[in-house]
Amino acid sequence: MTALRDSFSIAVLFAIGVWSVAFVGARSAAQNNDALHKKNSPTYAALKDAPQKAREKKNPFQGDLEAAAAGGKLFDQHCARCHGKKAGGTRYGASLLNKEVQRATPGTLFWLLTNGVVRRGMPVWSKLPEPERWQIVTFLQSLAPPSLKADTPGPVQ
Amino acid sequence: MVPHLITTLICALFFLLSSFVVAQESPYIVTYNHYLEEPGSLEVEYFSTFGTQRGSNDFHAFWMEFEYGATAWWTTELYLDGQTTFNDSTIFTGFRFENRFRLLQHEHLVNPVLYLEYEQISAADKILKEVEGHDVESDHAESNAVLRSEHDHELEFKLLLSSTFKGWNVAVNPITTKNLSPSEPWEFAYAIGASRPLALKALPNRCNLCLENFVAGVEMYGGLGDTQSAGLHNTSHYLATVVAWNLPSDWALRLSSGFGLNNNSHRLLLRWGVSREFSGFGEVVRRLFGGRP
Repeated sequence: MTALRDSFSIAVLFAIGVWSVAFVGARSAAQNNDALHKKNSPTYAALKDAPQKAREKKNPFQGDLEAAAAGGKLFDQHCARCHGKKAGGTRYGASLLNKEVQRATPGTLFWLLTNGVVRRGMPVWSKLPEPERWQIVTFLQSLAPPSLKADTPGPVQ
Repeated sequence: MVPHLITTLICALFFLLSSFVVAQESPYIVTYNHYLEEPGSLEVEYFSTFGTQRGSNDFHAFWMEFEYGATAWWTTELYLDGQTTFNDSTIFTGFRFENRFRLLQHEHLVNPVLYLEYEQISAADKILKEVEGHDVESDHAESNAVLRSEHDHELEFKLLLSSTFKGWNVAVNPITTKNLSPSEPWEFAYAIGASRPLALKALPNRCNLCLENFVAGVEMYGGLGDTQSAGLHNTSHYLATVVAWNLPSDWALRLSSGFGLNNNSHRLLLRWGVSREFSGFGEVVRRLFGGRP
């Protein structure tokens, strides 16, 4: 019984230690995000890291309203907490209504979604199947006013 | 007293958390892929393993996992293990503390993640989350009273190699373990898995039973001996089917039926697990301790 109690106490102490370290990490990450949001540029700058080949990829769901609706559902499930319900941004994630995002090609957005911006706190989303990532891109591009839309080719047949 | 305090704290935090996200769980029970917990999210998981035991009593081993995404490249996790051996007793068997670090920023054909774990468990631990070295079925044949008197303090290192292509995920985990007792050798093991969602495209409407919510696959794991006797001699190996059901109501269920591949293995390992992901956990705790809203 004593051994059990000792083990449990050690486990509790470890848990406290782990979470303390983790919260410091999270706080640090959050502070990074604050700074990021104030500057309002590093996440958008990551769009420029997309290789040319990735930028030129065509969205197989371009203009597909059903895909945009499915993308909206996925956005709500996976992205809204950081980027806001209406994609307008929060302290944890940049606005996706911004011109830098809305003028990016579908391929660039797909690349960013796939690779994340790990150093800035955005995880990789390649765990979502490729068509689902394109559905999210379709949704994001459906949010833009016509004046901000990128010159993108039509749907791939 | 301490268990009551912990339970109360956990319950209080659950009620405080109000925003949830849909988990996108991999179906693996033993194998790890390269996907980490999202930053600031806490995933609470419960797993059960029913195992058959030749020459002794069958058992039900169980564990809780608390998995926290500290950053986008670092996930930390605490396990609490226990087991019931039928016609014997129910005991707490120890804890594990693991950390996973993403090594590369971007996605590549193969994505490496470093896994480090410290575990303090007794020989009565039967969750079989890893099968290492010369671990065999007969190790678990003694009574709990005998097994719990032997304590292991181990460090475990894994290289999680994982690749996702056309919806398929393939993960390979070479594993090495060192018991901190100087006389104990380094032990080796492996886990490999492959899985795929049953549908690659999402439907526009919210649904529980649509195929996009299911991920199915197989995994195989086993020991590879130790530095004194490397190889397959006197090792055990398992092949298991795995499936995960990611519910839009924020829960995920996992099922696995594993079969021993040689005479040193338990004949059957049936596992199931349930998990829930709480987004914004870090933020809630930060606010509790006076952080800026």
